Amino acid sequence: MDIKRRDFLKVAVGSGFLLAAGESPVYARPQKKMPPNAVGILYDSTICIGCKVCQFACKKYNKMPVEHTFRPPEMADRLWDNPTDLSDKTLNIIKAYKHGTGETKNTDTDGFAFIKRHCMHCVDPACVSACPVSALKKDPQNGVVSYNKDACIGCRYCQIACPFNIPKFEFDKAFPQIRKCQLCDHRFAEGKYSACCEFCPTGASIFGPVIELLKEAKKRLTLTLGEYYEYPVATVDSKFKLPQKVSAYINHIYGEKEGGGAQYLLLSGVPFDKLGLPILSEIADAQRTESIQRTIYYKMIAPVTLLAGLLYAVYRNTKDKE
Amino acid sequence: MIENKPEPIGGKIVTKPFLVFSLFAVIAVFLIIKRFIFGIGSVTHLSDGYPWGIWIAYDVVVGTAFACGGYAMALLVYVFNKGEFHPLVRPALLASMFGYTLAGISIFIDVGRYWQAYNLVLPQFSQLYSVMFEVALCVSTYIIVLWIEFTPAFLEKFKKERLQKIMSRAAFIFIAIGVLLPTMHQSSLGLLVYIAGQKVSPLWQTNFIALLFLISAITMGFSIVIFESFVSAMALKREPETTLLSKLSAYIPPLLGIYIAVRFWDLVGRGKLELALTGGLEANMFILENLLYIIPTIILLSPINRSKPRMLFISAILMLLAGAVYRFNVFLIGFSPGPGWHYFPSFSEIMITLGIISIEIMAYMVFIKKLPVLPSIRHT
Amino acid sequence: MIDIFNKTNDASVERSKDLTSRGLSRRDFIKFCTGVAVMLGLPLGTAEKIAAAVTNPKRPPVLWLSAQACTGCTEILLRANHPTFEKLILELISLDYHETLNAGSGHQAEESRIRSMKENKGKYILVVEGSIPVKDGGIYCKIGGKTAVSLLEEMGSDAAAVIAIGSCASWGGIPSSAPNPTGATPAHQILTDKGIKTPVVNIPGCPPNPYNFLSTVLYFLTFKKLPELDDQARPKFAYGRLIHENCERRPHFDAGRFALQFGDENHRKGYCLYKLGCKGPETHANCPIQLFNDVGSGAWPVGTGHPCFGCTEKGVGFTIPLHAPAKLKDITPPAHFPDIVEDRGKGVTVAAAAVAAGIAGAAIGAGAVAAKKLGNKESSHESKE
Repeated sequence: MDIKRRDFLKVAVGSGFLLAAGESPVYARPQKKMPPNAVGILYDSTICIGCKVCQFACKKYNKMPVEHTFRPPEMADRLWDNPTDLSDKTLNIIKAYKHGTGETKNTDTDGFAFIKRHCMHCVDPACVSACPVSALKKDPQNGVVSYNKDACIGCRYCQIACPFNIPKFEFDKAFPQIRKCQLCDHRFAEGKYSACCEFCPTGASIFGPVIELLKEAKKRLTLTLGEYYEYPVATVDSKFKLPQKVSAYINHIYGEKEGGGAQYLLLSGVPFDKLGLPILSEIADAQRTESIQRTIYYKMIAPVTLLAGLLYAVYRNTKDKE
Repeated sequence: MIENKPEPIGGKIVTKPFLVFSLFAVIAVFLIIKRFIFGIGSVTHLSDGYPWGIWIAYDVVVGTAFACGGYAMALLVYVFNKGEFHPLVRPALLASMFGYTLAGISIFIDVGRYWQAYNLVLPQFSQLYSVMFEVALCVSTYIIVLWIEFTPAFLEKFKKERLQKIMSRAAFIFIAIGVLLPTMHQSSLGLLVYIAGQKVSPLWQTNFIALLFLISAITMGFSIVIFESFVSAMALKREPETTLLSKLSAYIPPLLGIYIAVRFWDLVGRGKLELALTGGLEANMFILENLLYIIPTIILLSPINRSKPRMLFISAILMLLAGAVYRFNVFLIGFSPGPGWHYFPSFSEIMITLGIISIEIMAYMVFIKKLPVLPSIRHT
Repeated sequence: MIDIFNKTNDASVERSKDLTSRGLSRRDFIKFCTGVAVMLGLPLGTAEKIAAAVTNPKRPPVLWLSAQACTGCTEILLRANHPTFEKLILELISLDYHETLNAGSGHQAEESRIRSMKENKGKYILVVEGSIPVKDGGIYCKIGGKTAVSLLEEMGSDAAAVIAIGSCASWGGIPSSAPNPTGATPAHQILTDKGIKTPVVNIPGCPPNPYNFLSTVLYFLTFKKLPELDDQARPKFAYGRLIHENCERRPHFDAGRFALQFGDENHRKGYCLYKLGCKGPETHANCPIQLFNDVGSGAWPVGTGHPCFGCTEKGVGFTIPLHAPAKLKDITPPAHFPDIVEDRGKGVTVAAAAVAAGIAGAAIGAGAVAAKKLGNKESSHESKE
């Protein structure tokens, strides 16, 4: 009987190690690939003029309500009619980084820079991996991460999971739902694309296939400072281009690799962490977590074995008593 | 060892403490109604940065860990065949049953789209790789299993002997499942925050979080059994079962030893231990949490201490606190959605939690008085 | 003609009468002065002061130097209605020298200039029109055998103030565009280089709004000092704000409605011209308020459907490609943007803190009491059966 107990302990300890198995260089769940027809947005902070037309267009074409600014009383005089952050009423926002005198654009000391925040449409989204009821899904073709309110149970685990704090929940409603940028996928059918890009006057936000966007972004990083470059407006393949002076770029495309990659790419003249974007590893949190989950529950072998062992042990021990 | 049959202890149901608890319960019910009419934001301080507050951190994560008594005792008695602890099983089971049931109710209050909760089990919606899916499914199944495990108490009370026989024959299945499920979800509760990645402080975010949650849940299970035994003994003016409890407590130091070893080996391995000395809320809570683990471990290492009721009681409380602080640290203190965000539960939020705890205690009081739960008194 | 310019009356009363005799009623005159005061952003009472100043029997002498210019600045002055240019030069100021308007010519004109400079040393206003070429010794612009550089030096050092009218004089204008073959240089730079301390006002524009010039002159006459200037020496009353801030098409910009090419549907609907390269967002001028030629908004560039090309702004007009989009100026945060880090979430309230503390206190108290009750004696196995 002792030996048998030891055998059982082995099973138990084995499962215990499985629980802890995470730090393996090979992940049980392979890295996700960019969907074949992935579309996205390239945002270039250096040519963004902060006009907030994208915010306006986003609200209009997603039928989002007006948001009244809340700020603590000592800051209340600064913003009147503009949301201060992404929320369940605002899916897209222009925020400003400012430092010192804030005179020069795209400079981190004594300068300022704009940043447009909305869903990154990650290649391996944490929210999709986290959602227990597939309410958040990544389109297998165009890669848009979209929300299905008929599936959602409102557990808000997506909010916990998202490293960018993108999904927003309607805390003030009796029948709430999650709100997030869906890349205007409801306009795709009419041949339209993301409103924030369509209405951007300078081409700071351009829409297109992610491969093309990445090419364009890489090209911009090679441009000579101070020369004029024909920036495409609205879409990456647009014939409408505006000549603009090239200003200094940080030699990095945010979203190319962050958290396993994203379909929203950003270029900037100011370090991205100063613009409020988190510094992420190239391994998606979804991949790490699912690797652990898939190791423990690999074909349900471990739980079933454990259950068998338990059934045997409990049966024998309760029988003894009788 | 002589098996003593559990018996209802009888007595008045409406006592003074019962009235105090029912006051809290009424306030909570009022606020819960308000939540369902005006939304979660009307009674909580939850925000998009801190979408989970004390309802999840306390009611669910800590609450179910407190309710691991049944799990820990079943593990000991039925799996490791320590029959001598059998008298402790049924009260522990009862506490677990209420703990889990109320955690389930809390989740129901906390989720935004509760009317669609059944989507979890619809095949077109189930998302098998979600940790939340596993937790939700395991917890809800376990609640059912707990009630089934507890049915003998009802059957004894109402003298359904034939059913009783069937139940006792099938019991081993439910007991086995009742051990499997907490093993799965108590570890996965820790894994819940794993996907939050860098949003959780490196002091707590680790690859071993599932293992740490599991071990600490078992120790909390043992501690709650000790705690509840002493408290109910005191409240009902009975002699505490110190001998049994001190034997039980002997299992705790090795478990906690493993826990502390893994915890610190992991932190040192990742080179993040120095974060504990940076001052600030996170670092101090980390120190507090681990002191709360280390002190009872040291106390309970000594057999003399283990036989002293006061020492046993104090270490049980310290370990419960340790587990609670650990879970609060993982879910709230060490969780940061980024600069600018802050959270502290609102008055109503705390009152709802208090009310739920009150309901739990009230139900426990009714059950032990009316149903055969506590072992019959062998002395006086 | 020159004599008329130099005609002086003895008493201001007489001069007022004189004005009246020329068809300007006292009422109209005060109205004009009030208009000027309003435009300058001065209190209405100032109108009296302005009236007193312009009816001063000694009309202030003005010398007008034209260098590398198209004379558009003179032309635009001819299109002013209140006062009309003839009123200005015949009644308000004594225009002693102006290369385009001189009745005399050649040596006669130069003599008048030199005489006026001598008589009014340190009192006359020098108006410079056009940029000053400095390349090759400044030979690209000569008047009466003298280069524009030397003329400016000569006239500028004795002037009470220099008004550089037009973009050429203010910052170089068209002549200074790359490759700048003549070395065209703005007037204030020549004066600074030569160490001449005479105050300079720039009235940039191609052409500038005549009222900006007239108002500056009248301000100077009234208060004997220059109006408040910005960092580019432009009077703030006229150049303090961006065209974009007061533009009649601004709502279209805010709503994201843009003309994409000349003549397209959006252009015909009068949408914002930003995407056509409108420089309104980075150009300081009062064009959208003051408009041109007193004929409503159909006569200023944006009003006609052409993007602003930034003539008043150094480094914008004639420099940035006509259809390159403008950078937005004066949005230097904090203006109206949320910070990267905003205060969010709800924190501790007194009630919540009190309840939390109460629970903690009660728990600790209850625990302590219970622990005390339990006693410290070892439980003896033998005490039980």
